[in-house]
Formats: sequence, C-alpha cells, structure tokens
Amino acid sequence: MDLFEHQAKELFAEYGVPVPTGKVAHTPQEARAIAEELFSAGSKKVVVKAQVKTGGRGKAGGVKLADTADEAETLAGQILGMDIKGHTVHKVLVEEGSAIAQEYYFSFLLDRANRTFLSICSVEGGVEIEDVPHDRLGLVPVSPLDGVDRARARQIAEEGRLPQEALDGAAELIERLWAVFIDEDASLVEVNPMILTADGQVKALDGKVSLDDNAAFRQDDHAKLEDKASADPLEAAAKAKDLNYVKLDGSVGIIGNGAGLVMSTLDVVAYAGEKFDGQKPANFLDIGGGASAEVMANGLEIVLSDADVKSVFVNVFGGITACDAVANGIVSAYKLLADRGEAVDRPLVVRLDGNNAELGRTILNDAALPGVQQVDTMDDAARRAAELAAAGA
Amino acid sequence: MTMAIWLTENSKIIVQGITGSEGTKHGRRMLASGAQVVGGVNARKAGQTVEFDGTSLPVFGTVAEAMAETGADVSVVFVPPKFTKDAVVEAIDAEIPLCVVITEGIPVHDTAYFWAYAEKNGNKTRIIGPNCPGIASPGKSNAGIIPADITTPGRIGLVSKSGTLTYQMMYELRDVGFSTCVGIGGDPVIGTTHIDALQAFQDDPDTDAIVMIGEIGGDAEERAAAYIEEHVTKPVVGYVAGFTAPEGKTMGHAGAIVSGSAGTAQAKKEALEKVGVRVGKTPSETAVLMREIMKNR
Repeated sequence: MDLFEHQAKELFAEYGVPVPTGKVAHTPQEARAIAEELFSAGSKKVVVKAQVKTGGRGKAGGVKLADTADEAETLAGQILGMDIKGHTVHKVLVEEGSAIAQEYYFSFLLDRANRTFLSICSVEGGVEIEDVPHDRLGLVPVSPLDGVDRARARQIAEEGRLPQEALDGAAELIERLWAVFIDEDASLVEVNPMILTADGQVKALDGKVSLDDNAAFRQDDHAKLEDKASADPLEAAAKAKDLNYVKLDGSVGIIGNGAGLVMSTLDVVAYAGEKFDGQKPANFLDIGGGASAEVMANGLEIVLSDADVKSVFVNVFGGITACDAVANGIVSAYKLLADRGEAVDRPLVVRLDGNNAELGRTILNDAALPGVQQVDTMDDAARRAAELAAAGA
Repeated sequence: MTMAIWLTENSKIIVQGITGSEGTKHGRRMLASGAQVVGGVNARKAGQTVEFDGTSLPVFGTVAEAMAETGADVSVVFVPPKFTKDAVVEAIDAEIPLCVVITEGIPVHDTAYFWAYAEKNGNKTRIIGPNCPGIASPGKSNAGIIPADITTPGRIGLVSKSGTLTYQMMYELRDVGFSTCVGIGGDPVIGTTHIDALQAFQDDPDTDAIVMIGEIGGDAEERAAAYIEEHVTKPVVGYVAGFTAPEGKTMGHAGAIVSGSAGTAQAKKEALEKVGVRVGKTPSETAVLMREIMKNR
C-alpha cells in the first residue's frame, strides 16, 4: 500500500522526523482556514500541494505557493478536482513554506536483486532520482541483521556527499527514518527533497512511503491508512470477499487458479483477442488452489457485476484439487448464485486441464449449465472467449 | 542411478509445522507419492507421533533434534506467516542442507532477515521460496505441494516463479518428462533464484534442456539472461507472464508488479531472446518449443 504525502509526513512526525507544519483540506474554505492559522503562527508563505499517489505533481501544476489566505483558497480551488496522470485530486496539503538553502535526496528501499535493504542518499535533490547521474548517488546496502544507528546514518549522509553543515541533522533524520522503515514494515521510505533550511535545520519536505500488505497481521494501525474513497468499487467488493481481483478495461472476464496462470491467461486472451476487434481481459481474478463452490460463486458474482464483461473465461489447472472437484464446484456455484437470485447471463468458456480432466469435463457436460461451453486447451478457449465477447459487444 | 538437482530419492524430509492442517495434508501427500518423509517438528508437540495412512512419524522439538534422530537433510516449512521467520532461522541454525518454504504471506522484512541470516552463516542451508510450490524430482522425491502425479521422470529441468504455470508445463510435457522442477516463488525476496537453478541444471549430467518461467516484477529474468549468455550451453526455452498487467498493480504474487517502466514482461522477453532463448507466446507454445528441442537431440 502506498501512502499519500500527508500520511507519510504524519508517520514521520510520530517518529520525530522534522516536517513542515501543515494540515489536509478537502475544500477551498478548509484550505483558507489552515492558511490563516499558518500565517498567524508566523509563516511568510504557505504551500498548497495536491495529494495524489503519483509523481510529477509540480510539473502538472499541483503544487503552488501562496502569500495570503485568499490566494491559498483560490489555489486550492484550482487544484482540487484536477486530474494528474489519471488521479483525481480530492484533497490538498496546506503547509508552511520553508526557507530552502539546499535540496537533497534520501531513501530506504528493498533491493530485490541483492535481497537486502538499500539506502540512497544524494546531494542532488528535488529532481527525479532517475535523472541524477549515477556517480552523484551514494548507495549503501543495509543488512537487516545490523540496521542503522547514528554512526551508520552519518556514513550514509557522507556517501551522498552532503555538506559538513548538514551532516548532523541528516544523520539524525536518517536514523529516525530507519525506525519508520523497520517498525512500520515499509518497503520504501523516500524523502525528496530532504532540505537544509536557511537556519541550518534538516527537514523532510516531501514523503513517500510504501507499506507491506503481508505485514498487516502485526500492523494494526495500517488498515486506517487505506484509501477506501478512491478504490475501484469492484476491487473493494472483491476484497471484502477475500478475492484477489484487479479491474482491467477489457470485455473478457477472467477466473483462474494461481497468480502465474491467471497472468498468463490475461496475456493469452489479449493475444487471441487481436483477431476479434482487439478484445481484452476485463480483470485479474485468482481463486487459488481449492476452487470451492463458494469461492467460485463469489468470483463469478464479482466478474459478472462488471457491465463491460461480455464473456467469461474460467481457466483452471487441476492439481491437488483435481478437475472433477473443480467441475462440481462450478455446478454448485451455479446453484448458489440461483439461490442468491442471480443468473449467469453471459457465455462462460471453461477450460479444465490436469488431474481427472476427462472426469471433470463429463461432469460439466452432464450438468448442461446454461451458457457454458467447454474447450480443451487454454489457447483455443481464449480464442473462443474473445470471439464470444466480440459477438456480445 | 539417475541424478536430479537438490532433491533425490535419498533425500530425507521433515515437515516444520507437521501437526497443522497444511503440514498434515501435504506431509501425507508427499509420503504417498514415494518421498522419504521421516518426521516433523513442533516444539509444543515433541515426543508425539502423527499417523499418515499406516506410517507413524515422530514429532521433534527442534530441527536439530529431528536431523540427529532421522538423518533428515530437507525441511519443508508450512508454519503460518507469523512464525515463519523463527522456523527458518531454526533450520539455518541446524545447518540443514535444504529448506523449502511453502508459506505464503510472509512480511518481506522477515524474508530479508532470514536470507541475511543464512548468508551470514555461510549459506550452508539452501532456501527455496517463500511463497512457492516447492521442488519435485519426478519418480524420486517431492518436497512441497507440487502434485506428484501430473508428469513423469525425464531429462528436462524446470525453474519457475509460478506454481500453477509449473504444473501446466509439467503436464504438457509429461510424455517427455523432467529431471527436477523447482518453484522458486513469486515474492520480492526469495532464497533460490532462476540463476541458481540454471547453474545446477547446467551442471547436472541428467538434464538436457531447461524451461525457465518468469513473470513481471524485479529484474531476475534479465539477470538470468545475462547468466545464460555467459554460462549455460544447454538449450533454454522461456516463458514470461504478465504482458497485459497494468503499471503499479500487484498481480496476485507480492513480487509481481510493474513499477514505472521497470519489471515489464516485454523487457524480460527481449532480454531472454537477445541471448538466444526461445520464448513462447503462450504456455502451450513454450511446451511445443521444448518438445522440438528434445525430439532433435
């Protein structure tokens, strides 16, 4: 889960990382009130920042400086509702302007290739890190066994070629960011820019944090950070039913078992769909190994509630749960859906392969479920599903 | 005697978490498939036994005890995510040669920790996984949750991030057969990598050709391609899943995510093709490519 900037900064503040004073506003009026507060507390300028989970906000006009509360209100009015790379701005962060002397870059992240943690520090900050020349980046691997103490933090800052006057402040900030990284189960903690102010303080002027969903069992506070408002309604409904679902923009609904097989199914459908007016997969849905009737019914319900879906491709490899069990699951799922007052009103292409495939196919044939067609191979089944979607469009 | 990598008919397997539902279910299946399952570990149930279809297996308090008593050299871990880090650290401390971590949903900090711990201890324990289906040497042994009955022994080596795509490939090429199939898992941090498996298959006299299955996320496939160019002389056929995956969305596996322009299926395919690996458009096409290679040998 990625956090909004304001959430990242609130988290930083909890760990004693210096951040500018500010608050979130959902309306121009709220922005005005926050700006008034900041000006009366002594701010010379305030910043109004779009809160969206994507980069390039500044370039898109989503970050503006205001000299008065009036101006902050006007700017907030312009920024709220703005579209930045497909993300609608629903809230802005209004915070005190900082007197920036220098801008640096800092992050802790998971280094997948080396199977360890990595810190990146650079005296070049406030720009896209990809644009900084490699020899200007200080990369220091961090072992999960050793962690980062103050001395190590200082070393990291030195590797980033930070100037002498910033080292103490940066080391303290880096040590605290390490605590955020470890204690919150983060896979990324990024501060860009980390600034040196005119009066010699080091602060986090921006914040980007990604948290590990797998750690939810020991991070009770993380659930409240979820952005339920902008979640896709189908994805939210699927999540409530414990289904692993991602909404896409095509017309062929996909249900399969195993993440790799489902990803592959999406590709095979898109590939087959090229011959049928460019039909594409409508979703990713992995129902896992068990393929019980209830999970299958829930999956069908979610996929069919997407109005863009014109056909459904159920692609199952029968391993430990053999194909006969999967076929029985599909038959029972139809009954369950009927009991819930729902009908499968679009064609369903089923491909069963693996253990007891013949038996499974016979069970499905005998059940003669309305709209169900069986195709023996994955490639042919994908072609049929794409063809049906094109016909139903 | 035929060879295989890392897991042979002589491998003696213990199950960490043998008394839990997954450990029981798959411990029984492994044993039924002919693998030498010799016992299990659960500190709270040490001294008890579990019955698998007429075979009585001892439960030990620690991995070290289990190894001392049974001569076990492989551990398969089924304990829940909360306890996996401690279980793997225990296996590393006992210096068991192979530890297969099936558990899904482990925090990546925990995996990074036990990997660092294994490294610090000189990598005496090979870790496969986590979030993987395990390893099977058909006709010899089976450590994990791979269905034993979908393929036959043969001379193809298979390494894959995905479980079900592993099964699909094993099944499609069941007439040709496999030396060893390794599911390395789809988490962002894993123990054994594509490169480790490629190296072992290259060195294995009873493996003639290799199927490598990858998916979006990270750059493991690109690095594997570079390794193949330098070190692998046996034919390699590849498959990559996730061409249609949108940017920034996790596709089932925790590690399967395209970030910005990094980790795309297209980049992985191109990297593999550049070093002469033939990459199938679909799993079936990939199987056809491998069948041709094995036929022309």
